[in-house]
Amino acid sequence: MVKLVYFAWVRERIGKDEEELDLPDTVKTGTDLIAHLTGLGENYAEAFQFPKAIRIAINQEHVDHHEPISDAREIGLFPPMTGG
Amino acid sequence: MVAPTIRVQREDFDTAIETEALTAGCTDIGAVVAFTGLCRSEGNRLAALELEHYPGMAEAEMRRIAGLAIEKFDLLGLTAIHRHGRIEPGGQIVLVIAAASHRQAAFDGANFVMDFLKTAAPFWKKEHSTDGKAGDWVAARDADDAALTKWQ
Repeated sequence: MVKLVYFAWVRERIGKDEEELDLPDTVKTGTDLIAHLTGLGENYAEAFQFPKAIRIAINQEHVDHHEPISDAREIGLFPPMTGG
Repeated sequence: MVAPTIRVQREDFDTAIETEALTAGCTDIGAVVAFTGLCRSEGNRLAALELEHYPGMAEAEMRRIAGLAIEKFDLLGLTAIHRHGRIEPGGQIVLVIAAASHRQAAFDGANFVMDFLKTAAPFWKKEHSTDGKAGDWVAARDADDAALTKWQ
């Protein structure tokens, strides 16, 4: 099980701020994860309509989409940041 | 290694109090630069901004960026405070105070922290408009990404 956390419009479109999921073994990278989630429903498909816009954090550190997610306890998925 | 002061909080902050806390007892500091980011009304279009953050990661990223700045500019002190929640026009959003022996390092340190904070610290702004609607999420600006190139 891995904990997924969503923020800003990713959170709003999916309709939840976090969930725990069992991921299939075929999901090895951030790219795989987004593709897998996109297939879970229309709300996910809407959130991940533009996958390259999505930022990924593994265990609260930024990573590229091609990074493996095998060591992840928590994966954050969110839009580009607009703080400051 | 100078330890930065990092806070993510709902409450407002007082720049004078934070500056005093940063410089107290350190007589090698010759320059202090404080940057404050405020909420704009965008010509009375906005009633407020709602600031969302990733708890834990927001503080960790701010601490990482602060550490880079301290090392790069030999800062003698650094404070970064970012607010979350609803902030109305005129309200304070973010504070960065950099202290150094000389002014250029203090200016550059504060500038560097703000540039990286805008693009790497997990905060998001949602607009609430004066006509009562919850508006759109603020879009990331290419200019903010471009600003990073000056530090390479």
